[in-house]
Amino acid sequence: MVIAMTQEMQASKIPQTGEEPATDRPKIHASCVHVSYSGRSAIKNVDLDIRANSVTALIGPSGCGKTTFLRCLNRMNDIIDGCEVRGNIQLDGEDIYAPGVDTVVLRRRIGMVFQKPNPFPKSIYENVAYGPRIHGLASKGRALDGIVESSLKRAGLWDEVKDRLDAPATGLSGGQQQRLCIARAIAIEPDVILMDEPCSALDPIATARIEELIDELKQNFTIIIVTHSMQQAARVSQYTAFFHMGELVEEGETKVIFTNPKDPRTQAYVTGRIG
Amino acid sequence: MTEQSYPPNLVTDAVDGVRKRHRKEIRFRLLGLSAILASLGFLVFFIASIVTTGYGAFVKTVVLVDVDLTLDSLGLEDGYTPKDLEEISYRTVARNAIRDMFPEVSGRSARRELTGLLGAGAEFELKDFVLKNPDLVGAPQSFWMTASDDFDLFNKGGAREETATQLSSQQKDWYRSLLRDSRVKTTFNASFLTASDSRDPELAGVWGAIKGSFFALGICLLLSFTVGVLAAIYLEEFAPKNRWTSLLEVNINNLAAVPSITYGLLGLAIFLGIFGLPRSASLVGGMVLALMTLPTIIISSRVSLQAVPPSIREAALGIGASHIQAVFHHVVPLALPGMLTGTIIGMARALGETAPLLMIGMVAFIADAPASVLDPASALPVQVYLWADSPERAFAEKTAGAILVLLAFLVAMNMAAVVLRKRFEKRW
Ligand SMILES: Nc1ncnc2c1ncn2[C@@H]1O[C@H](COP(=O)(O)OP(=O)(O)OP(=O)(O)O)[C@@H](O)[C@H]1O
Ligand SMILES: [Mg+2]
Repeated sequence: MVIAMTQEMQASKIPQTGEEPATDRPKIHASCVHVSYSGRSAIKNVDLDIRANSVTALIGPSGCGKTTFLRCLNRMNDIIDGCEVRGNIQLDGEDIYAPGVDTVVLRRRIGMVFQKPNPFPKSIYENVAYGPRIHGLASKGRALDGIVESSLKRAGLWDEVKDRLDAPATGLSGGQQQRLCIARAIAIEPDVILMDEPCSALDPIATARIEELIDELKQNFTIIIVTHSMQQAARVSQYTAFFHMGELVEEGETKVIFTNPKDPRTQAYVTGRIG
Repeated sequence: MTEQSYPPNLVTDAVDGVRKRHRKEIRFRLLGLSAILASLGFLVFFIASIVTTGYGAFVKTVVLVDVDLTLDSLGLEDGYTPKDLEEISYRTVARNAIRDMFPEVSGRSARRELTGLLGAGAEFELKDFVLKNPDLVGAPQSFWMTASDDFDLFNKGGAREETATQLSSQQKDWYRSLLRDSRVKTTFNASFLTASDSRDPELAGVWGAIKGSFFALGICLLLSFTVGVLAAIYLEEFAPKNRWTSLLEVNINNLAAVPSITYGLLGLAIFLGIFGLPRSASLVGGMVLALMTLPTIIISSRVSLQAVPPSIREAALGIGASHIQAVFHHVVPLALPGMLTGTIIGMARALGETAPLLMIGMVAFIADAPASVLDPASALPVQVYLWADSPERAFAEKTAGAILVLLAFLVAMNMAAVVLRKRFEKRW
């Protein structure tokens, strides 16, 4: 079921630029990204490539611009008044800030789980079903039920809510709400999933479940995850980028960043001396 | 305080500073409580005075009159047709009936005083009665007829002298003799709610005004809700935030504070002057009231849109909903209870508004309930205003009665606001 859907969705994606994507071409390519909020610069000069079918962790002290960078990738910063994004960001070689790019299609391909759980004040079912419905993946009935069930299962929430799908989502606990938001994001099967501290409100068991999910999703999807847990970054990611005071200090394979960082600030952060 | 031990003992160490804070709190609470009690007192006084005055409008005095319905006295011959029944002079029949009850009365002016006991509508009541019960014709009948307004006031006032400055001593004597014979009683005055305005207080009712208010409010709701809510959604969710929109916002806020009579002038100049719409029509009244409520609705709708957490918009946009989908699927439903409450409060204000209606001529004496929004109509507050101005003393209780009806509608609307709020409200 899920596989069939994925194929159907592949067909509905933004038309590709024609040439066969080179295997080493990054899924997302960001260069010289500057973001400022009402003139106050938040991140400067960030160059980062995100490899396809992998997990990239963004780490760094609070307020260093991880969320800001993440939100550039699906243009969520567009809706913030006074937020200005400069630089070049490409998804599969296409400039996502080019004129004429439809943010609806972009966000259909780059899903996001926000830092604070933000379920719709509707039923649990409705929360997951909304995305597939507006994108025409399934309008109602069995097909939609199937998507809702599989999404909730993958987010590790199914067993807790299967008897009360009609209950309001706002009645769930914080951690359950966060998993619901994950289910909602994966229900539309995006190419890339941006996760902003998805596990900050979760207990170790739910965290493990989400990490499993991330592992599983990376077969087909590209995942970027912001986390404050070094262990989590080390466990789930293949690549890590370290941000500090609005700058991208260092990026590379997770193993290297954690065991043999080039920059002393990275060294200090991953060993817990700053942060 | 220096002798205070550490850690402080919870009971005995609640010294100076803490006590002072508690006293402050108690003083504040007492102040708040007395403010509430004072306003409650005023409210009770206000309601009580209106209810005691207005109660009289809902009851009326009726007199049991023996009416001679024999063919002879009706001036009919055997084999009369129903059409003949309609052409009888019921005025004369009613007069004769009351005169027959006091055969000793003679003289022109005394007889006029006697017929003055019956209300101006007596002949119509009699006519209706006969036409409805044609089989009763041919025999004397006893029949409750509405008394005149002076008589009514005298009766409802407990027959005290000061309530009947208009009655002569002779009339009072008749009243007492009728009362002794149990021929006087007070009943529910249905016609106050079903009749329209009249020059005669005992015939006057609020139905025409209710209907006029209903039409005007309907038009007002239709126009101001749709325009106001859409304007608020556009301004809040779609309009670019620049100098022009902030200028617009300032102006909308100013409009909400403009005296309502100004909207009446505007309506007079534009709707009547330029578009040539009919004077006194509830259509124009509704349009003017809509202009007046529009700023209120826009402001309250914008406030309730602003109260929707931005994270909901982000959630919707984040899974690829278009801007308009995010707004209409997620933001507006959450803001709707606030919008509805604002609208109903605006409507309640419009219901009580007189000034703008005066300007467009909804202030005339209108004896027929309007059949459509284009007919001349009055409105409840205007009716109150008109009656309060009438010289007849009996209109005083009509005025209070109309205020009671108005208050009942206001209370109903505010309750509706609460119910709607409860029904649509969702927590997030
Ligand atoms: N909407 C906004 N308006 C103005 N400034 C903002 C806004 N969002 C973020 N900033 C500023 O941008 C900088 C980076 O914020 P960002 O949210 O990206 O940090 P972060 O790395 O995600 O931090 P955390 O780990 O605490 O979530 C901060 O200095 C913050 O004050
Ligand atoms: Mg953040």
